[in-house]
Amino acid sequence: MVGIPDLEAEPVIRRTVRFLDERTATAPLLRKTLRYLFPDHWSFLLGEVALYAFMVLVATGTYLTFFFVDSTKQVVYHGPYAPLRDQHMSEAYQSVVNISTTVKAGLLIRQTHHWAANIFLAAIVLHLFRVFFSGAYRKPRELTYILGVTMLMLSLLEAYMGYSLVDDLLSGMGLVIGYSVGLSLPFVGGNLMEWLFHGPYPGQASLWPRMYIAHVLIFPILIGMLLGGHLLLVAMKHHTQFKKKRSQSENAILGVPAFPGQAPRSLGLLFGTAGILFLLGGLVQINPIWLWGPYHTYSSTNGAQPDWYLGWLIGGLRLVPSFDLVIDGYTLVPNPFWGGAAFPLLVFGFLYFWPWIERRLTGDQSFHNVLERPRDNPRRTAIGLWVVSWVFLVFVAGASDRVNVMFDLSYTSQIWFYRVFIWVGPTIIAFVAYRVCKELQASEKTKHEQHKAEARARLAAIQRTEA
Amino acid sequence: MRASRLIALVLALAAAAGPAAAAPGGGSGKALYGQYCIACHGPNGSGVPQGRLSGGAALRQQQVQRALAPSLQGVGALAADFYLRTGYMPLQRVGIQPRRSRVLFSEPQLQALIGYVASLGKGPAIPKPQPQRGDISQGMSLFTEHCAGCHQVVAEGGVVTGALPPALEDATSTQIAEAVRIGPYVMPTFTKKSISDSQLNSIIRYVQYAKHPDDRGGWALGHIGPVPEGLVTWFLAAVALVGMCMVIGKRLSS
Repeated sequence: MVGIPDLEAEPVIRRTVRFLDERTATAPLLRKTLRYLFPDHWSFLLGEVALYAFMVLVATGTYLTFFFVDSTKQVVYHGPYAPLRDQHMSEAYQSVVNISTTVKAGLLIRQTHHWAANIFLAAIVLHLFRVFFSGAYRKPRELTYILGVTMLMLSLLEAYMGYSLVDDLLSGMGLVIGYSVGLSLPFVGGNLMEWLFHGPYPGQASLWPRMYIAHVLIFPILIGMLLGGHLLLVAMKHHTQFKKKRSQSENAILGVPAFPGQAPRSLGLLFGTAGILFLLGGLVQINPIWLWGPYHTYSSTNGAQPDWYLGWLIGGLRLVPSFDLVIDGYTLVPNPFWGGAAFPLLVFGFLYFWPWIERRLTGDQSFHNVLERPRDNPRRTAIGLWVVSWVFLVFVAGASDRVNVMFDLSYTSQIWFYRVFIWVGPTIIAFVAYRVCKELQASEKTKHEQHKAEARARLAAIQRTEA
Repeated sequence: MRASRLIALVLALAAAAGPAAAAPGGGSGKALYGQYCIACHGPNGSGVPQGRLSGGAALRQQQVQRALAPSLQGVGALAADFYLRTGYMPLQRVGIQPRRSRVLFSEPQLQALIGYVASLGKGPAIPKPQPQRGDISQGMSLFTEHCAGCHQVVAEGGVVTGALPPALEDATSTQIAEAVRIGPYVMPTFTKKSISDSQLNSIIRYVQYAKHPDDRGGWALGHIGPVPEGLVTWFLAAVALVGMCMVIGKRLSS
């Protein structure tokens, strides 16, 4: 049996690699992949959670396309859900009612899809926090970061279209707000919305197929491509990592190999994430559209709110005082522009340009593979927290009507409170954060010096006894 | 909301004297009216318009700049039944939104008081809605069109300028029928022309359904949509996922 490898005795991975190598000659690449070192810190898994939520979204979304009808043609409902029987509704809404009532596992999959969207965006935001506050976006990883921020923006639009497509009472009210914000864009708004909606609100019959193809094909593919590029760039420039030792250099790579270290972790995280999403989908009701009823342009409900990831825009719309920019009888900038468009543009502008703003502030042109902890860079931490708390407070202001109902705090006084506090609050938070970072730095320095002094003293003592 | 401190004082004293002090079942309608209602609604339910409250100049200055309370002549048993059985009246102080609260009177007292108010003028009787004759789907449709803008589509309540439209979870069929016809506080009045009695039956049937709607899908989060869903996303799901990352990502090398 000389010369023939004992295949039975070889481990599965080796056999698989051999199989692939004999057919594709990719052993060097596979070896590199399997030996890729992953940083050994839990916060690097947040991006993975977003990735797995995206996978669940694609899988559940595919199932939903089997039953969803992208048409606003009016029909009369004759299904089993009594409170809607004989009501007029669009085919789109009827199909989602059917998914929620008669399609096998329809409601489970639909609810999982919706929870996955909420959690996909939450995971992206958490991942962004880690990247921002540890300085992971610095040279040479600005492109990775920019692709990530772009994915966040596209995902917001993608999710918005997703719940708009259902054509229930809430989605219709959300769509008209989006339409109004679009109209408010100076110069182009009117033509742009006319083009997208194929006419004035609520648009022509062609709007739904357009929105549908964007939601199920164009945007997922765009996000998927950006995701591929994002991961490729991560691998090409390798992950960043936290310092383990004080003296660790920028060039050493420490971590856990893809196999057998990281792969089971990632696999576990994939199953865990999918498990949590399906548990929520099965156990916690989300967007009960059969209770909202169909949308008609003349109907509305009190307390309509967007999903959480668009709550900051509703907050922005509510907080901006009522004024339009009118020049000589021509309304150049209608009011919804400020809260609905200028505010998110400002926030995304900050995110996009931050790596270069920081470089301008510090003059730091060098490469960085080792991360900073928030305390290591008090200025970044303070500025970042200012922006985060600013957006967060606007977000909370968006729910002030619900706070009024639940805690009996007058809506108007809340709005006035936020109009002031969104500026004062973040400033206090940023200042406190800056001081805390400085204090932590100082205490670490003291401790370090103490250790050094103690070591010196021990050395001196040993030398004395020897002498 | 500006309110007369004087009236607040009077009513606070009245409330302090309390219905417990009144013998249960005791007192004629007129006597109860004199005890609890007359300060605002005036003798014989004539109403007290602005600036007609008795008292010295200093007291009058504290009066609100609008009618203290409407006339009750001609409102009938319908309005009295609604305001008293919901606990909307007596009001704590003038000018605030009446809220559902503890009913201060015993059943015989209620009947006496309602009877007295009804006797003040010719007015509508207490309605007798028959929601079982209504159509739930028509009710949902009508409720969405006429009511959901303020009360929320599953009748969970909401907020409008200057008032909090209540959730309807405690509203009885009779009270819903009464409220539609009266239009308490800032609520519009719906005549039989805009909402017929049979349509009203459908609306009531839907509101009764909305108290315990079809909650397929699991834990219902209060039927108010994205705000509690966002809370679950962050405080349950995100916490669980971050916890899972921390467990799975526990340092292997160190």
